[in-house]
Amino acid sequence: MSKRGITLYLHVHQPHRVRDYTVFDTAANHNYFTEPDPLSGRNNERIFRKVADKSYRPMNALLQKMLDTHPDFKISLSITGTLIEQAEQWAPDVIESFQNLVKTGRVEIVAETYYHSLAFFYSRDEFVAQVEAHKQKIRELFGVETSVFRNTELAYNDELAQWADGYGFKGILAEGWDPILDWRSPNFVYRPEGTEKIGLLLKNYRLSDDLAFRFSNRAWKEWPLTADTYTEWAHAAVADNQPLINLFMDYETFGEHQWADTGIFEFFEEFVGRWLSNEDNTFYTVSEAVEKHEPAGTISMPATVTWADAERDLTAWLGNSMQQEALHHLYALEKDVMRTQDLELIADWRRLQTSDHAYYMCTKWFTDGDVHAYFSPYESPYDAFLAFMNAVRDMRWRLHAHHKTGGL
Amino acid sequence: MLGWELPPHNSGGLGVACYHLAKALALQGTTIDFVVPYSATHENIDFMTVHNATKLSPLERYGLGAYDSQFLLDRKDGADVAGLKDIRDVQRQYTRFIERHIEKEQPTYDAIHAHDWLTMEAGIRAKQLTDAPLIVHVHSTEFDRSGGGSGNPIAREIEYQGLIVADRIIAVSEVTKQIIISQYGIPADKIEVMHNAIDVTSFDDGYEYDRRTYRYLESLKSEGYTIVSAVTRLTIQKGLTNLIRAMAMATQKYDRIALLLAGDGEQRNELIQLASDLGISDKVFFTGFVRGKQWRDAYSVSDIFVLSSVSEPFGLTALEAAHHDTALILTRQSGVAEVLNNVYKYDFWDVTRLADQLVGIATSYALRDTLKENVRREYAKISWDDVATKLRTLYVAVRERERVLV
Repeated sequence: MSKRGITLYLHVHQPHRVRDYTVFDTAANHNYFTEPDPLSGRNNERIFRKVADKSYRPMNALLQKMLDTHPDFKISLSITGTLIEQAEQWAPDVIESFQNLVKTGRVEIVAETYYHSLAFFYSRDEFVAQVEAHKQKIRELFGVETSVFRNTELAYNDELAQWADGYGFKGILAEGWDPILDWRSPNFVYRPEGTEKIGLLLKNYRLSDDLAFRFSNRAWKEWPLTADTYTEWAHAAVADNQPLINLFMDYETFGEHQWADTGIFEFFEEFVGRWLSNEDNTFYTVSEAVEKHEPAGTISMPATVTWADAERDLTAWLGNSMQQEALHHLYALEKDVMRTQDLELIADWRRLQTSDHAYYMCTKWFTDGDVHAYFSPYESPYDAFLAFMNAVRDMRWRLHAHHKTGGL
Repeated sequence: MLGWELPPHNSGGLGVACYHLAKALALQGTTIDFVVPYSATHENIDFMTVHNATKLSPLERYGLGAYDSQFLLDRKDGADVAGLKDIRDVQRQYTRFIERHIEKEQPTYDAIHAHDWLTMEAGIRAKQLTDAPLIVHVHSTEFDRSGGGSGNPIAREIEYQGLIVADRIIAVSEVTKQIIISQYGIPADKIEVMHNAIDVTSFDDGYEYDRRTYRYLESLKSEGYTIVSAVTRLTIQKGLTNLIRAMAMATQKYDRIALLLAGDGEQRNELIQLASDLGISDKVFFTGFVRGKQWRDAYSVSDIFVLSSVSEPFGLTALEAAHHDTALILTRQSGVAEVLNNVYKYDFWDVTRLADQLVGIATSYALRDTLKENVRREYAKISWDDVATKLRTLYVAVRERERVLV
């Protein structure tokens, strides 16, 4: 019998935030993403450099150390194309440190859409093109093939699983959400409804969110969380011979969402050592997890489930009319964009598809006044919407100029 | 003359009206002491004496917009500005300045002319100290500013006192006169209507329309779109939700219409949301606060200008729009609708009517051009010189009556 293992999967991402792009910029200049104000929260370079210092550099150093120290330590990473582009521009050493991790052979790269988009829900052609673009970028940079898929925001349904199965992925990731699982545990591999071969890995959201969201919360009754306590919880979670603990979270949990002074790095190092000190325990990459375990049953999610909010749905991205309008108008440009074959224009259009833009327009927290739960570089969802719509209109203007046709 | 602002230190139409009114009076031989509640040099003014009532800079006073009855002077360092905490403090200091000025200079005035509630207390005090008749000039009431509600009770009380004590009241429109009668219980024969005008020479500063400012809108126009605009503060008084609803209705009939909303205000987010809810956000453009070229180009890029106010004492923007060659649609609840005939008019709540008018103009070049051309002839005839003539007659009449009464 195989060992019980932790499947640690970290998502690494930064969007190209849209600058304060006004009606006066529309059709006049096509720079959507480069904010001249060096202090602005929409200045992508400034934010990238900050997060690189706080998270990417120290965490990659720590991961390297753990890999060097513990032969059984393994992780999986999904790194978006938009992050890679920014790292190449402003922090090439960060790319190098990721490459070194992958060279150990114990770090797997997970497939996803290059632009961290919700294209699956709007255009299958575009979605596939972005999955391919990401595969290609990973191949170039790391010399590896991806074989397990995660969709943006872990947005998952049966149709997506069936697509991934047909496309040849051997595994896919989703949220382990109670109303779906009912009496079942997230700590097994499952077979998605209507698929032949693919294995489904479900996030153990309790243990994941203890780190991602609660770790530094002083109001939490478990604060401060120690590696001992967390190891106990992990062992308790896989009692009765359950094989897996899928810990899925944002990479930026380490150093950015939870700052270094919360002790997150020390905690992590200690926990990995503690977990592996029991010889029945190990770590799995996502492909190993699906290869080494037979599905315990079939799971169906006809409606889309994400890893966000109490609702675990897409309302943070598509819940209000501004978000729906914005994405509708953006995706309506697809055919005209693609037939330009203008790489710069296509890249701009795709950068606007990054789900973060729609997220910044979310009003469900804003109206509650709970703006602290809401992370946005804009003053309000309305400001985010105006800047985005002006950029979409400008895209349309460029297409008009390119094709010399009407249709603004 | 007691005012709250003069260009270029104005936040709205009040300063513009006061400036042109005073200038036209001066050209006819009236000598004017004009008091403002801040300290600034007015290099463009040599036709009257401008007095600064406080040490506030005009910028600090911007917070105290001529239309805001509630406002706290807010400084990042938490300190009060020159010891003045809110608009009431500024008004008190303004009144003290008038008292000291009269005591020191012992001037003899033929009339005290006070503009709006902001200066009415000072006007009453000046009347007591000099025995000169008080003329209260109403550009807007608290009733208008609150979108037809009761508004700030303090402002309303001051307005009431001023209207009672005044020897004569000037209303900028029949609409305003009716509000003064119905909302404040003032007898009709005490109120005279003098509509505002427009000084077209003030626009002769070498301005030329720059098609690049709203380049996307120009592209829409070249595809046959009609650009509808409102240049306005985005507040409830302006009836803009009805305008957006009418746009949505109009685009059902004819989809080549876009709306430019130039200005800012507390209703902005609500309007953005509404446009999205109605599915027309792609064709509604928000500029934020505009000045100078962007402001004038907003008029110039437009084919149709809509004044959608729920209650608008006058509505100078409509005349400005006409000057920049647009067809006009005005609510019957606006003063400016009383002086223009070659325009469409509707009741502010009548969304269907407005939608119909928008489609009508958008689908007929002949109609659009006729409206533009004819309103151009019409608005140019409305002059400040005529207003000044009427005012000078009023000044004399009020003084005569005072003598008879005494």
